[in-house]
Amino acid sequence: MLKIRVIPCLDVKDGRVVKGVKFLDLRDAGDPVECAIAYDAAGADELCFLDITASHEDRGILLDVVQRTAEACFMPLTVGGGVRTVDDIRALLLAGADKVSINTAAVKNRDFVKEAAEKFGDQCIVVAIDAKAVGPGRWEIFTHGGRNATGIDAIAFAREVVSLGAGELLVTSMDKDGTRSGYDLALMRAIADAVSVPVIASGGVGTLDDLVAGVREGHASAVLAASIFHFGQHSVGEAKRHMAAAGLPMRLDT
Amino acid sequence: MSAAPTIAIIDYGSGNLHSAHKAFERAAREAGSDARVSVTSDPDAVRRAERIVLPGVGAFADCRRGLNAVPGMVEALEETVRGRGRPFLGICVGMQLLATRGLEYETTPGLDWIGGDVAAIAPADTTLKIPHMGWNTLEVRRAHPLVAGIPTGTDGWHAYFVHSYALTPADADDLVAVTDYGGPVTAAVASDNIAGTQFHPEKSQKLGLALIKNFIGWRP
Repeated sequence: MLKIRVIPCLDVKDGRVVKGVKFLDLRDAGDPVECAIAYDAAGADELCFLDITASHEDRGILLDVVQRTAEACFMPLTVGGGVRTVDDIRALLLAGADKVSINTAAVKNRDFVKEAAEKFGDQCIVVAIDAKAVGPGRWEIFTHGGRNATGIDAIAFAREVVSLGAGELLVTSMDKDGTRSGYDLALMRAIADAVSVPVIASGGVGTLDDLVAGVREGHASAVLAASIFHFGQHSVGEAKRHMAAAGLPMRLDT
Repeated sequence: MSAAPTIAIIDYGSGNLHSAHKAFERAAREAGSDARVSVTSDPDAVRRAERIVLPGVGAFADCRRGLNAVPGMVEALEETVRGRGRPFLGICVGMQLLATRGLEYETTPGLDWIGGDVAAIAPADTTLKIPHMGWNTLEVRRAHPLVAGIPTGTDGWHAYFVHSYALTPADADDLVAVTDYGGPVTAAVASDNIAGTQFHPEKSQKLGLALIKNFIGWRP
């Protein structure tokens, strides 16, 4: 049986993990490769790097991080942040990323999703959807970390990018992100039920029960979280055992 | 030839070979093998190799075109793998290319080393998501050195899958392992010196490294 995936996400800026990762017994808590190795050992099902480097010129640093991670961790790696061109995708995949997450570029130019999927295959194109509630049962796409409204309906956008070849959706509630009050379950479920591809729930995890709810009530295939893991509140192994105890199919043989 | 034996990973422009390269190097080291792992698009390097690996991501037709576009590569594979019986492992679309035909988007001829078609997976439970993406267990249909010593079944180890199409061998004897996704889906095939996995051993942590070590020690 296919298992539910738990995906720790690391924000990377200029080649360093932002905020650090406190719980891991690391020589250098800011080194993304060391964090990746520790999460790999802890049983993470995939890893996600989100590059928040301001300048596009500094991409070489990220590519080096991806390359060194792929040499040490034999597990799937998704990289996102500032992916704008086919050449950006190619460089990340050659460095060792398995999947690339596209956000703003997909909103600005839907054809970019199609071009990317045709070139590299649906399975490696993740579209990241940042959405905010704008009314009961209605969500709108925002870009630039939730600052810019687009007027685009999130559900319609999700359907459209999947029809263009997105193989997976990473759905983040901008209302919930950073609040630790749980995922926006209505948003997750509305999108997961509207598309044929897997949905990764993101934004707002505060407790291990939130992860269970993301799957059970949000219908997500995978759950992504950052701070609950980074700050030592819970380990990835604890999260997976908790989800298994709640009756979800989990991979516990790591 | 005095040089150490080589494991050739074929580079034909399909996806990321960096992690496959590193995973095979690590498995060779852990297996105590002195084999050198090389990523190559040189047909002569394939002819000299002791073992050959064909990776692949993306669409079947694209991968087939990519393989055809490397001058002399298909001929070198036919000669070395089929002619001389060197151990061969196809991974993901590299395994699907072993089939008679691929039916993704268009009908494309495969290498036809393992008879059968590659068709869209169609889970009985239509709420299951496509692609089949993530970690799943294996169920062995035929004992084979590639999966020797690897815990399988419901409580076994997990392999990492990401695919929407699968190869169904025409001859049931070629089926080594399946995984369950709304019904059985081909996970590993083998015929004589030719083997393939739908999952990615280079992304499957301990199961993957164990399988690669088995491949490195395999004497078909």
